[in-house]
Amino acid sequence: MTAPLIIFFVLAALAVGGALSLIFQKHPIHSALSLIVVMVALAGLYLLLGAEFVAAVQIIVYGGAIMVLFVFVIMLLNAGIEEHTNFSKLAGFPGLLLAFALTGFIAATIARSTDTVQAAAQPGNMASTKDLSTMIFKDFVYPFELTSFLILVAVLGAIVLAQREKA
Amino acid sequence: MNAFLYANAWLIITVVKVALLLFIVLTVNAYLTWFERKVVAHIQSRWGPHRVGPHGLLQPMADGLKFLFKEDPTPAGVDRFVYFLAPLLALALALTSIAIIPFGPDPLPWKILGQTIYLGILPPNVNIGILALFAITALGVYGVALAGWSSNSKYPLLGGLRSSAQMISYELALTLSVVGVLLIAGSFNLTEIINDQTSKYGILGWNIFPQFLGFICFFIAAVAETNRVPFDLPEAESELVAGFHTEYASFKFAMFFIAEYTSMITVSCLCAILFFGGWLSPFPAAWTWTYYLPTVLLLPAGLWVFWDGLHYETIFGKVILPGIGAVMCILAIALALFPGVNNYIQAPFWLLSKIFVFLFVYVWMRGTLPRLRYDQLMAFGWKMLLPVSIANVVITSFAILRWGAIK
Repeated sequence: MTAPLIIFFVLAALAVGGALSLIFQKHPIHSALSLIVVMVALAGLYLLLGAEFVAAVQIIVYGGAIMVLFVFVIMLLNAGIEEHTNFSKLAGFPGLLLAFALTGFIAATIARSTDTVQAAAQPGNMASTKDLSTMIFKDFVYPFELTSFLILVAVLGAIVLAQREKA
Repeated sequence: MNAFLYANAWLIITVVKVALLLFIVLTVNAYLTWFERKVVAHIQSRWGPHRVGPHGLLQPMADGLKFLFKEDPTPAGVDRFVYFLAPLLALALALTSIAIIPFGPDPLPWKILGQTIYLGILPPNVNIGILALFAITALGVYGVALAGWSSNSKYPLLGGLRSSAQMISYELALTLSVVGVLLIAGSFNLTEIINDQTSKYGILGWNIFPQFLGFICFFIAAVAETNRVPFDLPEAESELVAGFHTEYASFKFAMFFIAEYTSMITVSCLCAILFFGGWLSPFPAAWTWTYYLPTVLLLPAGLWVFWDGLHYETIFGKVILPGIGAVMCILAIALALFPGVNNYIQAPFWLLSKIFVFLFVYVWMRGTLPRLRYDQLMAFGWKMLLPVSIANVVITSFAILRWGAIK
């Protein structure tokens, strides 16, 4: 076992554990905290793959900004312990089926691939920030700007919905 | 044994470096509280701590011991896991951010275990320096927010809410104000950002001149991020008792305290590195006589400590202060005898001096500025700081496009 492989397994276990804990925690704040663990573990995995910039942005945007807003809103509403309803059979049965189907599909794809699985970045295979920005702002500039426009529309929509009726 | 040492040299050296840096940072933290109390006291025409040891120099140790031995009650109805996690998170994140700061350009002149030793935990070629710092700062909100929430008490909850709103608002301005510097340097790497500020005329190459607006925005936003006066609303004692740490006692409270002072040090380091040339000397490179400044400053300081120590009646005052003074004098004389060493201490000397100046500014602001009102704070962050830092980014990018990079 090399060091990157050990780190990979630790981070992967953290991510999976965090995701499971996210679902099974009773209190919304604990669920939000579990989601933060998932985000940070994913950032660690990106770092392991040599994508330093993506890793840092993952923590800044998801771990920092978005999850802070989640925690903030949960705190603001002072949400208590979740109330559980009985699972509806309609959601439970196809859901389980779909989950098994998806897992099977991914497992089959991994089993069929002939490339050796690598846990860490190969030397000389680092994604530099410069290449990344050239790609976003040159090659894919229109999709990128369109996405930001979409987000802007969503923000405006939220403002309109939140605004009270003017008398 | 020797083979084992050499095989794991990198790991061992990193662990030793981390331990050393932790020791230094925690000691500096302790004396920063002393420094703050002393300076604020003098601003307000008081003496400050002066009973425990000469000039109150043993006060931090007394405080530390007191924190350790105080009773540590856990309030009823707290969310135990989060309640214990919050101070740990705050302290761990604050201390981690120091690890990214480089403290000098040159490796040590000798190799240890076959490894080149750089001043700083990370090797100088790590490319995400400043981004990693922002990532850690971004997570830093949780310590305060979760402490406020888990305490099961209304004042901490309000403090935690205020703090998360404030930190989200000012983080935008903080990050945007640095973009100008990044554009000029063309790198996220802190070492490269400093090297980019090298110039024949010393101080004129620093980023503070092209990026004055950026620096003002950065410093204000950074003070708000560290929850210090005049932005210390999360712990406004006249409104919220003590804000998010009201329900914390003993060493858990001390952990929040240490976290706050550590973030002060990190921000001072960042100010020095991003805008004030890091470890570069403010004098033109041709003025080689400035290399003797540390020696020239150390000798009178040592003499003064020696002379001052003789005035005390206690053993500590009579023996230890003159002892420290004598050591300082001997160091100064040694430096004068071996001027070659000066090359190695220039960089840390200038960096530490700049960090000290910013720490002083922090304390100075605490002693003189009143606290903002909450609506003023929000309005200032969103309507003033954010537009100005965006304008700074636009102006800087335009200037670089039009006239090319400045150097």
